[in-house]
Amino acid sequence: MNAVAGTPPFAANAFVEAIEFLITPRESVTGGVQVGGVDEMLTLTANHMLLSAAAIAIACLVALPLGLWLGHVGKGEFLAISASNVGRAVPTLALIAFFIAFLGLGFLNVLAALTLLAIPPILTNTYVGVRGVDRDAVDAARGMGMTEPQIVRRVELPLSLRSVFGGVQLSAISVVATAILGPLASVETLGTPIVSVNVYGQAGLLGASILVAALAILINALLGVAQRALTPRGLKAGRSEAPGILRRIPFLQRQGSAQPT
Amino acid sequence: MSAALLPLVQLDIRSRRGGTCESEDGFCPDWIVDNLDRYVSPLLEHVVLTMVSVGIGFAIAFAVALLAHRREWVSAPVGALTSVLFTIPSVAAFLLLVPLTGLGPLTAIVALVGYTQVFLFRNMVNGLSNVGEETKDAARGMGLTERQLLWRVELPLAVPEILAGLRIATVTTVNLATLAFFAGAGGLGAQIYTDITFRSNVVVAGGLAILLAALFDLLILGGQRLATPWRRAAAA
Repeated sequence: MNAVAGTPPFAANAFVEAIEFLITPRESVTGGVQVGGVDEMLTLTANHMLLSAAAIAIACLVALPLGLWLGHVGKGEFLAISASNVGRAVPTLALIAFFIAFLGLGFLNVLAALTLLAIPPILTNTYVGVRGVDRDAVDAARGMGMTEPQIVRRVELPLSLRSVFGGVQLSAISVVATAILGPLASVETLGTPIVSVNVYGQAGLLGASILVAALAILINALLGVAQRALTPRGLKAGRSEAPGILRRIPFLQRQGSAQPT
Repeated sequence: MSAALLPLVQLDIRSRRGGTCESEDGFCPDWIVDNLDRYVSPLLEHVVLTMVSVGIGFAIAFAVALLAHRREWVSAPVGALTSVLFTIPSVAAFLLLVPLTGLGPLTAIVALVGYTQVFLFRNMVNGLSNVGEETKDAARGMGLTERQLLWRVELPLAVPEILAGLRIATVTTVNLATLAFFAGAGGLGAQIYTDITFRSNVVVAGGLAILLAALFDLLILGGQRLATPWRRAAAA
């Protein structure tokens, strides 16, 4: 299978050619059609983003309320914690392959697989974040006459925001990375020039890789900015900022006696 | 130039004639029993990729963590670097390394080592810095040198956290190594990709990858119990 193992490295201009592929269209390796160029790459990027964003959004809709509720009532720790342990152990390729083999090709199947991939980190981090909220702050809120939904929304959610965003960032990274495999189920994404390398050629494969790597780093950074923008100002003071992904497995930190709202 | 593109080969690993189970993409116990030997070498490739990557990754993270333990300013930039590395999609990392290191296990290992760092480095640094000042003072009071303090007190006490990082790193590496075929390094992912619509194939190759992750996880957990006898004594 690995007949080509040990092939000497390509010339360094492979990367230059890859960038050129992203900018100007060229004839495909198989001939006849034009591939690459800004227009096609924009379309593929848009598809990639649409698929990823849909998966993350659905995962948030499922995992956030569940994690907040389980954390609030303090139940289901085993479910919430082992979700991400199990999720980590299932290879993303195997997950996509299970969906393709048992449910078939198509956008909805890939979307479902990516959503399944995105749920565990958000669920676990939300749960752990809410459990880590200082019980005194919750009791104080209850004493002030807040209802239970108000406590969740105005005390526990803001105080666990860092942990929640850590989970969303982790999900986003793995969804954007796994959406590369979309073309295996006939869904066009930035993975298309990679999987169809016989059409797009080496430059297309490298160009798409550069683009998708940049996209993942950008999305991760934007989520970090969003987290800081959404964190109430009172909670930011005196907090050391761990860079993005270091927050992945949230530590049960005491959140101090910050006053919500 | 185009001689070595990508080893994305899809082989026929089954008969497609007649109305048999395997010609209809089914889950076929008979076919699986007859073809189990197909999975032996991908499984071994996967085990080697995982163990070599985690082994090298552990050595690098250990050295850098000891340095960061002595020189505090090292910790933040290295931590940030490991998190950026982790953000890069693995398929892209494998493919972008190919022009530099060629197709084969080396490329896959370089990328996989990079992905282990975020878990290993951070847990090592946290484990070492979580050792209590009183404990260290007591050790110094007993006459331990800084070197003895590190090897006899700080590192043993950091073992649970270091091994927790090792567990996550290993399971993640088993997971990411299923995509190592993009670097021409084979593994169970190559076997999945070979025939991705054939349920028997997907179940066996995917199942082996999951079992492998679970097995590594349990082994390290067992190792942790052996390495921290005082924890068992405290629990008893």
